[in-house]
Amino acid sequence: MNYLEFEKPLAEIEGKAEELRAMARANKEMDIEKEAAALDRKAEQMLKDLYKDLTPWRKCQVARHPDRPHCKDYIEALFTEFTPLAGDRNFADDHAVMGGLARFDDQPVMVIGHEKGNDTKTRIERNFGMARPEGYRKAIRLMDLAHRFRLPVITLVDTPGAYPGKGAEERGQSEAIARSTQKCLEIGVPLISVIIGEGGSGGAVAFATANRVAMLEHSVYSVISPEGCASILWKDAEKMREAAEALRLTAQDLHKLGVIDRIIKEPLGGAHRARQETIASVGRAIEVMLKELSSKKPEALIRDRRQKFLDMGTKGLAA
Amino acid sequence: MNWITNYVRPKINSLFSRRDVPENLWTKCPECGTMLFHRELADNLNVCTNCDHHMAITPRARFTALFDGGIFTEVKVPEPLADPLQFRDQKKYPDRMKAAQKATGEKEAMLVAEGEIARTPIVCAAQDFSFMGGSMGMYVGNAIVAAAERAVALKRPLVLFSAAGGARMQEGILSLMQMPRTTVAVQMLKEAGLPYIVVLTHPTTGGVTASYAMLGDVQIAEPNALICFAGPRVIEQTIREKLPEGFQRAEYLLDHGMLDRVTHRKALRDELVAILRMLTNQPPAITADLPAPEPQETPEETTPEAEAPAESAPAQAQAEDAKA
Ligand SMILES: [Zn+2]
Repeated sequence: MNYLEFEKPLAEIEGKAEELRAMARANKEMDIEKEAAALDRKAEQMLKDLYKDLTPWRKCQVARHPDRPHCKDYIEALFTEFTPLAGDRNFADDHAVMGGLARFDDQPVMVIGHEKGNDTKTRIERNFGMARPEGYRKAIRLMDLAHRFRLPVITLVDTPGAYPGKGAEERGQSEAIARSTQKCLEIGVPLISVIIGEGGSGGAVAFATANRVAMLEHSVYSVISPEGCASILWKDAEKMREAAEALRLTAQDLHKLGVIDRIIKEPLGGAHRARQETIASVGRAIEVMLKELSSKKPEALIRDRRQKFLDMGTKGLAA
Repeated sequence: MNWITNYVRPKINSLFSRRDVPENLWTKCPECGTMLFHRELADNLNVCTNCDHHMAITPRARFTALFDGGIFTEVKVPEPLADPLQFRDQKKYPDRMKAAQKATGEKEAMLVAEGEIARTPIVCAAQDFSFMGGSMGMYVGNAIVAAAERAVALKRPLVLFSAAGGARMQEGILSLMQMPRTTVAVQMLKEAGLPYIVVLTHPTTGGVTASYAMLGDVQIAEPNALICFAGPRVIEQTIREKLPEGFQRAEYLLDHGMLDRVTHRKALRDELVAILRMLTNQPPAITADLPAPEPQETPEETTPEAEAPAESAPAQAQAEDAKA
């Protein structure tokens, strides 16, 4: 178990309980169960207290937790017959973006998402979920395919942002993102997006310009990372707590602002503490959202999606 | 230049915004160091007469130089919610806004106008880098949507001059949502079969480049303009190596196939006219120095109000005079 910095006191208690149990296993005479159970209760109470009211900065940390389920985990658990489709037909296949045909509850769909990787090797392979233009162009191609064959599109968003690299710029990172957003707005099929971790700026918008956008309870979605914002506006990257606060990047604030449609509850202690439970909740939310859109005609889907974004921003937080 | 532009120049040369006059009669070219007299610089559209360095130009000054006779009508932009997030960094957002308004004499970072260039009716939008770095917030989004709607209503092309550091952080996610919003605006033009020409000026970066500024039917940039998604410093920190000379500059993008053209500011007007008229299947514009039509008054004695066609009353074009 990886503990976040603010979870340190919790780590101590859970560590003690585990130690006691390990000792008891080695020495059958010892009766520690009462003591260990008391520590368990204490840990659970602490977990409740810690997660009851997470600050925006702590939510950023939870959203980036290395044990949090990633795109690949959702695809494997929620979809069948997943058939990855690779490449942008231009330059490369970007491993930061997964995509392909799959069945959701037997219904054929197109699923596309950012994948961050889960150990050093796969993180490097996946470029930490930071897509290059090829990734967005692959997504454009797959959305187009889905549109032509009338398959709903489900996107899973989890990226620190689009990759800031030399080649990425040379090959038109901005153009690729702009066209991906444009493609999202053009397709005559249901487009559903779930922000499962980090929704990092334009790199997220390129997938999340959807009919329905849901966010996991402790995921974040922002125009800039709190660190980036702090270094620009506070001239001090260490002011990320203040920046995270000011940016209103939590699912709760974004729901109030009308930017997202739904919040998916996470298990106590965050998605990483009960991965299968989290994945199942996301599955149920996708099912509901698909159902909401299933009877809409292509023109209506396009029109409603556009109108939704045109209307955005009329609600402030003040009220 | 053709006679149309010379003929009805407004009597006060509004190429100077009030912030440049009268305190700074001389401007030092940041590129070559030449001292340039303000009048000379303005007549040259803020391009250094010595080294051709393109300095920033305000939307108002650009429109005055662009539209026939310097006459244009502002298109009204719906007011967005002020400070929707109640954002506060070291300063409060409303205080930053007030400071920007005071420094620029403008309400926000984008100006939208309708008018004619070489008798070619267009709608035009220009971003103001001097207003909070031209940043794209809800107002800029509203401006682009309003520009597209007006262009569709009048069946005219839209020409957009971009200049921005990116999205306006003080509007958080709502600034980010301007990426899809402005993309919808571009789609309105596309569906109406109207040309959308983007002129990228220095600098155009971040979420602006990654939305409406890269979706033009024709993409033109001013020389040496920085155009990118991630800025050079961010990239250097990420990849830990020095970037090549000219990286992310207009000419570099042209070489990499990301732009149609890089065009000198003084040649831009004629080029826009040519492109727009071909795309809309109109005969070539008259570019020869024709005699001005009779009767004629000298520009000095002419008020633009008297000269303007009735339907494009230039009340707004005169706002600058009133302020000056
Ligand atoms: Zn110079």
